Amino acid sequence: MEESKKIYWKGIEQLANHPEFVKHAHNEFAPGPEPEEDPGHSRRDFLKMMGFGMSAVALAACEAPIRKAIPYINKPVDLDPSVPNYYASTYINGGDYASIVVKTREGRPIKIDGNALSSVTQGGTSAQVEASVLSLYDNARLRGPKIGKDKISWEDLDKQVIAKLKSIAAQGGQIRIVSNTIISPSTKAAIEKFKATYPTTQVVQYDQTSAFGIVKANEESFGAAIIPSYDFSKAKVIVGVAADFIGSWVSPIEFTKQYALTREVTETKREMSRHYQFESIMSITGANADYRVQIKPSEEGAVVTQLYNLLAAKAGRPTVTGGVDKPNLGKAAEELWANRGAALVVAGSNDKAIQVIVNAINDILGSYGTTINTALPVNYRQGDDLAMANFVNELEGGKIDVVIFYNCNPVYDHPSGEKIAAALKALALSVATAYKEDETGTLTNYLAPDHHFLEAWNDAEPKPGHYSLGQPAITPIFKSRAAQESFLIWSGETNVDYFEVVKNNWKNWFYTGQTLDFQSFWDKCLYDGVFEKPTTLMATTPTFGGNVSAAASAIASNYKTSQWELVLYESGNIGNGSQANNPLLQELPDPITKATWDHYVTVSPKDASGIDFSESITKYYTITANGKTVKLPLLVQPGQTPGTIGIPVGYGRTKAGKVADNIGENVYPMVTMVNGSLSYNAVDVKFEATTETYQIAQTQTHNTYMGRETVVQETILESFKDKHWEREFQPSVATWMKDDHKAKPDELNMWKGHEYKDHHWAMSIDLNTCTGCAACVVACNVENNVSLVGREEVINRREMHWLRIDRYYSSDAPADDWAGVEVAAENPEVVFQPMLCQHCNNAPCETVCPVAATTHSTEGLNQMTYNRCIGTRYCANNCPYKVRRFNWFKYHDNKQFEVSNPAMNTDLGKMVLNPDVTVRSRGVMEKCSFCVQRIQGGKLNAKREKRKLKDGDVDTACAAACSTGAIVFGDLNNPESRISKLLKIRPQDPKHPYKMDKVADNPRAYRVIEEIGVKPNIWYLTKVRNKDSAKA
Amino acid sequence: MQVFSSVRDPLVTGGKTVGDVSHDISRHVENKPPRSWWLALAISLVVLAYGLYCVCTVLWNGIGVWGLNKTVGWAWDITNFVWWVGIGHAGTLISAILLLFRQKWRMSINRAAEAMTIFAVICAATFPLIHMGRLWLGFYWALPLPNAFGSLWANFNSPLLWDVFAISTYFTVSLVFWYIGLIPDFATIRDRAVAQGSMLRAQIYNAMSFGWQGGAKTWMRYEAVALILAGLSTPLVLSVHTIVSMDFATSVIPGWHTTIFPPYFVAGAIFSGFAMVLTLLLITRVVFKLEDYITIYHIELMNIIIIVTGSVVGIAYITELFISWYSGVEYEGYAFYNRVQGPYAWSYWSMMTCNVISPQLFWIKKIRTSIVATFVLSIVVNIGMWFERFVIIVTSLHRDYVPSSWTYFHPTKYDIGEYLFTFGLFFTAFLLFAKFFPVINMAEVKSIVKTDSEKVSH
Repeated sequence: MEESKKIYWKGIEQLANHPEFVKHAHNEFAPGPEPEEDPGHSRRDFLKMMGFGMSAVALAACEAPIRKAIPYINKPVDLDPSVPNYYASTYINGGDYASIVVKTREGRPIKIDGNALSSVTQGGTSAQVEASVLSLYDNARLRGPKIGKDKISWEDLDKQVIAKLKSIAAQGGQIRIVSNTIISPSTKAAIEKFKATYPTTQVVQYDQTSAFGIVKANEESFGAAIIPSYDFSKAKVIVGVAADFIGSWVSPIEFTKQYALTREVTETKREMSRHYQFESIMSITGANADYRVQIKPSEEGAVVTQLYNLLAAKAGRPTVTGGVDKPNLGKAAEELWANRGAALVVAGSNDKAIQVIVNAINDILGSYGTTINTALPVNYRQGDDLAMANFVNELEGGKIDVVIFYNCNPVYDHPSGEKIAAALKALALSVATAYKEDETGTLTNYLAPDHHFLEAWNDAEPKPGHYSLGQPAITPIFKSRAAQESFLIWSGETNVDYFEVVKNNWKNWFYTGQTLDFQSFWDKCLYDGVFEKPTTLMATTPTFGGNVSAAASAIASNYKTSQWELVLYESGNIGNGSQANNPLLQELPDPITKATWDHYVTVSPKDASGIDFSESITKYYTITANGKTVKLPLLVQPGQTPGTIGIPVGYGRTKAGKVADNIGENVYPMVTMVNGSLSYNAVDVKFEATTETYQIAQTQTHNTYMGRETVVQETILESFKDKHWEREFQPSVATWMKDDHKAKPDELNMWKGHEYKDHHWAMSIDLNTCTGCAACVVACNVENNVSLVGREEVINRREMHWLRIDRYYSSDAPADDWAGVEVAAENPEVVFQPMLCQHCNNAPCETVCPVAATTHSTEGLNQMTYNRCIGTRYCANNCPYKVRRFNWFKYHDNKQFEVSNPAMNTDLGKMVLNPDVTVRSRGVMEKCSFCVQRIQGGKLNAKREKRKLKDGDVDTACAAACSTGAIVFGDLNNPESRISKLLKIRPQDPKHPYKMDKVADNPRAYRVIEEIGVKPNIWYLTKVRNKDSAKA
Repeated sequence: MQVFSSVRDPLVTGGKTVGDVSHDISRHVENKPPRSWWLALAISLVVLAYGLYCVCTVLWNGIGVWGLNKTVGWAWDITNFVWWVGIGHAGTLISAILLLFRQKWRMSINRAAEAMTIFAVICAATFPLIHMGRLWLGFYWALPLPNAFGSLWANFNSPLLWDVFAISTYFTVSLVFWYIGLIPDFATIRDRAVAQGSMLRAQIYNAMSFGWQGGAKTWMRYEAVALILAGLSTPLVLSVHTIVSMDFATSVIPGWHTTIFPPYFVAGAIFSGFAMVLTLLLITRVVFKLEDYITIYHIELMNIIIIVTGSVVGIAYITELFISWYSGVEYEGYAFYNRVQGPYAWSYWSMMTCNVISPQLFWIKKIRTSIVATFVLSIVVNIGMWFERFVIIVTSLHRDYVPSSWTYFHPTKYDIGEYLFTFGLFFTAFLLFAKFFPVINMAEVKSIVKTDSEKVSH
C-alpha cells in the first residue's frame, strides 16, 4: 500500500512548528487569556459576591427563635452552668421537720433529697418534703409586704408596726404571737428578744394535729410535759391503737425508717416484728399491719383499757373498770407480755386519759428505757390546746390588742378559726408573716411575708442535742423578709442580718468545747446540715405515777358510742393542708384511697348502700358534727369499721391559691375539745345521703389483685421458714421439650439475648419494707419533669406518673372465682407495689414501634427517644405492666393546664424544671427512664475522676427518696454492688457473665408476670406477713 | 362465543339487549341525577363536614379529645380502621377470585364492589394517620425513606410497618384493577357523548379512557392484564387482613396473642365486605333502577357467602373460648371470661347475636331471597363486625395483666365524629362514583346478555 504523504494539522502554529507552540504542545488545553488590567472586579467575582450576599441575606431571614437567656457576665466562682450544686438545709413546715439536701441548678433549687447525716430523719423524706420545692415557686406567694390590700415598703411597715406596738405596749395592751410548734432555737431567741421589748407578749403554739394529750399524759405519768422519743426498731411486737405513725403521727419520717428495719426478712435475719393495729379508718399504718382489727372511734379508750387489764393481770397490777374485748386483743397481750423489753404500744388519741393508760401499759412492758426514751424528748408538736383555747377566749373577749401570726394559719386550720377570724377585725394591730396571703393573712392589718424555707437561714432542734441548719438555696425571689428578722427589727434592733444572728447563736450555744476554729466548725455544720452533740442523755426508766383508774373512769364517761362516728385524719397526700396549693400533692394519689384532687368522706362498703362505686361514681352526703355541716362525695373504703365515717382534713382552702381553693370543705371546725385536749373523733354525727352524683378522681379503681400470684407474691413468715426459704409460688410454662412438660420462664427464649458489656442496671423493690408512703412518686415527678394533668384528666385515667404505687386489697373469694375475687374483703390485707417501667430485657414495647423510637440500650435500659416518637401508642398497649404514659395534650405552655401544671406553664413555676430532662411535647410516649440523666451524670463524674463507676455513684430519684430502703438500684454486672448482693445475682450461664440472663438466688426475689418471658430488670421481694396462719 | 346452560337462570333478566345494557347504565352518567341522589349527597356532605371538624379538633388539640386512657390506647380509631379494611375486602375478592373461578354472576356487581373497596380502604387509612400523636412527622417517618437522620430507619419488626406495606400494596393494586376495568366503559360513554353531541363530556371521558379504541388486540391485552391483576390481587385478599390481624396476634396481651387470628380475620373481612356490598347495591339498584342487572339471584348467592363466612367466624369465636379454657393460662382464661361476663359483655353479646346468630337466618330461602330481610341483615352483620373489632381491641386492653390499671373506656363526641367523618367520606365518594362512573361493568355484562338469536332458541 502506498504510504500517504498527507499532513494533517490543527492550526497554522502546528503547521509552522513555532517554538512557542512546541513548548506548550504537551498541555491538553491552551493557556487562557491573560487577566485584564483590573483583576478585582471580574464578572465571576461579581457573581460570587452577589451569590454570597444573597445567600447571606436569605440566611439572615431564617432567624432562629430568640430565647431570653441571660448568661453570666462574670461566672460565679461556685457555679458551673449545667453542674448541680447541693446544699444541706432543713425543712420546717409547722411542726414537721426533715433534714434535707437541696439540689440547685444555675441557682435554682430543683430537687430535695433527705440528708443521711441526720440521726433523726436519717436521710428519709416524705411526699410533703419532696413536694415542697414546688411551693417555693408558688404563684400565690406574696410579692412583698402589704398593708391591707395595698403594697407598702418594709421601712414604712416597720415604722407603723413599731409605733403601734410601742403605743399599745405602753398602755399595757396584750400582745400574742400565735404559731405552730417552733423547733428553731434561734427563732425562739428572736421571739424572746421581742418579748423583752414588749413584756406583755405571750407565745401561743398550736398544731393542726395536736399531740397535747401525750404531753399532758407524760406530765401526769412522769412529771415531765414532753413527748418522748420512740424507737420502733427495737420493738418485736408493736401495737398501734389508731396511731398512724407511718403516715402522720408525731414524726412519721423517723418512725417509718425504724419500723422498716423490723420488717426486713433475709436468710440471716429470719425474724420480723409483729404489728397489731386497732383502728377505725384504713390508715397507711393499718395497711402495713400483720393483724388489723376494726374498732369504732369511741372504742379507742376501751381497747387500750382492755389491753391494760389483760397485761395488768399478768403483771399483778390492779385492773380497772371498762374495756371491750376485740379479736386478737388477747393474743396481742400475750405476745406483748412475752416480749417485754421489746414491745411498744402507741395510741393516736389526743386524750390524756387514753395516753396515761398507754403509758401504764408501756410501763408494764418495760418499754421505758428500751423502745421509749423519755430522756430524749422530741420538740415537734409542742402545741398547747388549752393555751390556744384560752387565747381564743381572750381574743373574743377583747382582751388582746395585738396578734402576730408566725408559721401558722389558724383561721383555716384551727377548730376555732371562725371565731379568730371574727375577732381579728377588732384588733388594734394584727400581722401575718406567712409567705402567702392565706386565710389568716387576708384578715390581718399587715402582711410581713416570711421567706420560703428554701430562701431562709434558719435552724432547728428536733431533739435535745440534735441541731439542724437551714441554709438558703436561692436568693429570695420576692421582697420577703425572714420573720425572725421582722421580730428583731420590731423589738428595736437595727441592721439586723439574720444570717449573722443564727451564726452567732451557734457560736454562743453549740461551739463550746469544739477543737476546730469557729469558721471551720461553722463550715462543717453548713456542709453537713446538722450538728449533733454526742448524747449524754441515756435512756432512763422513769417511775410511772399516773392514775390509771381515774383515766379509765374518764374514758368510760367521755366516750359513748353512736350510730355514726366520725374520724378526722391527715391524708397521705394533702396532709394537714398547709401545702394544699401544691399540685404535686393534689395529683399524688392518697396511698390508701388513690383519690386525687378531691375531698371525700370514707365509709365501709356496708354503709355505702346503693353505691357500687364503679368507676368512682358516687353521691354527695351531708355530714353534721360539732354544729358544722359539710357536703362531700362518698368514697367506699374497704377495711373501714362499719358505722364509722372518715374525712381527711386539709381541704376546703379558700385563700391558698388557684390549685387548692374550693376543693372540698374545711373540716377543722368539726374538731372538739374532749378531756382538755382536741379530739379528732366525734360521735352523734348526722350522716345523710343526697341525690347529687359525683365522680371522684381516682388513679386506681380496681382494688384487688384478682388472686394473681405472678403479680403479687406473698406468704407468711412461718411457712416461708418451713419451706426452707423457697418461694411458695413458682410460675412455669408448659412445654413439650421437658419430661414433666414444665419449664421455668427463664429457660425458654426466642432470642439470643442481649449482652451488656459495661453495666446492667436493675432494681429491687422489697414489698415488705415498702410502706406505700409515696415519697418516691413525688421525687420521680420532680426529678423527671412529669406533667401534672389535673382532676378532669385523672378522671379520664390519664395521669402521667412514671412511678405509681399499686395498692391491692385481699379478697375472701378463692382465686378461681373471678367474679367474687373482684370484691375486696371486709377487713382486707393490703399490699403496696411500686410499679414503674420494668426495663424488660425482651421488651414487648420495642418490637412493635414502627419507627424504632423505643429501643434497648447497651446497659439494659429500655429507652424512649421522644424526638423519634410518632405516637401510635402501640408500645403502651403491648406493655404488660401498663407503665407507659402518652402526652394526650400539650401540657406545657397551655392555658388549659396552667393551674394543675404550673411547672410548665408559668414563668415562676418553670424555674423548678430539671434542665437535664426534656419537657415532652404533645403526642409522644414517655415512661420511667431509670433516671438515665443521673446514670449519665454518674458515669461522667467517674470518667472525669478517671476511675471506674462505683456502686452508689448512681441512684434513681425513687430509690434516693425511699426512707425505708425498699427500693435498691444498681449494676448487676458488678458482683459487689448492693443490689447484686441483695438479690444474690449470678449469671445464668457462667461462661457468659455479661449476658442479660441473670438469676437471683434470693429466695424472696420474683419478677412480675415472669412467665410471659419479657425478662424484666426489676425484681420484687415477696411480701411476708408475720401471722400464724394465712387466714386472718 | 358464549355457552349457556339452559338449566341455569339467566344472570340478567328483563330480556336486555346489548344496546339496553349500554343505555341503562350510561344514562345515569348522562342524565341529571334523581332528587334522592342530591338528598343523599347533601346528607353525606353534612356528615363529612362535621367529621372534618372533629378531625381538625383532634389534630389541633391532641389525641386527648378522644376517650382513650393510659390503659386503653386504641379503641374506636383502630376498631374503625380494621372494620373499614375488612369491608374493603369484598371488592377484590369478587373481582379477582371470582374472576379466576369464572363465576360470571360477579359481572354485575364487581364494579360497585371494587369502588367500595377503594373508598373503604381510603376511609380505613385515615385512622392510622389520625390516631398518631404526631401525624405531621409520622406520615413519612413510618415509611422506610432514605433520610438525613443518621442511621434512622423504620423498624421492620413492627406489625404496624407491615400494615403500611400491606394496605398500600392492596390499595394500589385494587385501584389499578378497578380503573383498568373502567376503561372500555368510559370509552362507551365517550362514544355515546359524541353521538349525543356533548363534546365536553366526550373529551373528559376520552381522556379517562386513555383514548380506548376497542381493537381486537386491545381487547386481548385488556383481558390479559385483567387476568394478571386478578392473579396478583388474589393473594392480597388473604394477606391484607392476615397482616392486620398480626397487629394483635404478635402482641403479648391476652385476647390479642392468639394464632387463630389470620384466618379468622380474613373470614370476618369477607363476611363484612359482602354485607357492605349488599347494603350498597340494594340501594343502588333501586335508585338507579338496575333490578334487571342485580337480580335476586345475585343477592341470594352473596347471602350464601355470608352464611359460610359467618359460620367460619362463629366457629372461630367458639374456638377462642375453648382454647382460653383448654390452655389453662390464667390471663387468657380471664380475658375471655371478661369478654363474656365482664363490663363489656354487652358488646360481646351484640357481636355474637349480629355475627353468629343473624346470618343463620339465611338458611331459610324465603329470607335469603327477601330484599328487605337481606338489607336489614346486611346492616346487622356490619354492626356485628364493628363490635367484633371493638371487643377484640377494647375488652382485651381494658383488663390485661396488672389489675391496678384496669379501666373502662368511654367514647367522646370526637371518637364518634371521626367515625362519622369516614362515613361522610365514603358515601360522598360512592355517590359521586355512582353518578359519574358506570356502576356496572357494561363491557362484561354484555358478554352474558343473551343475544336475540339465543333468546329465540331458548
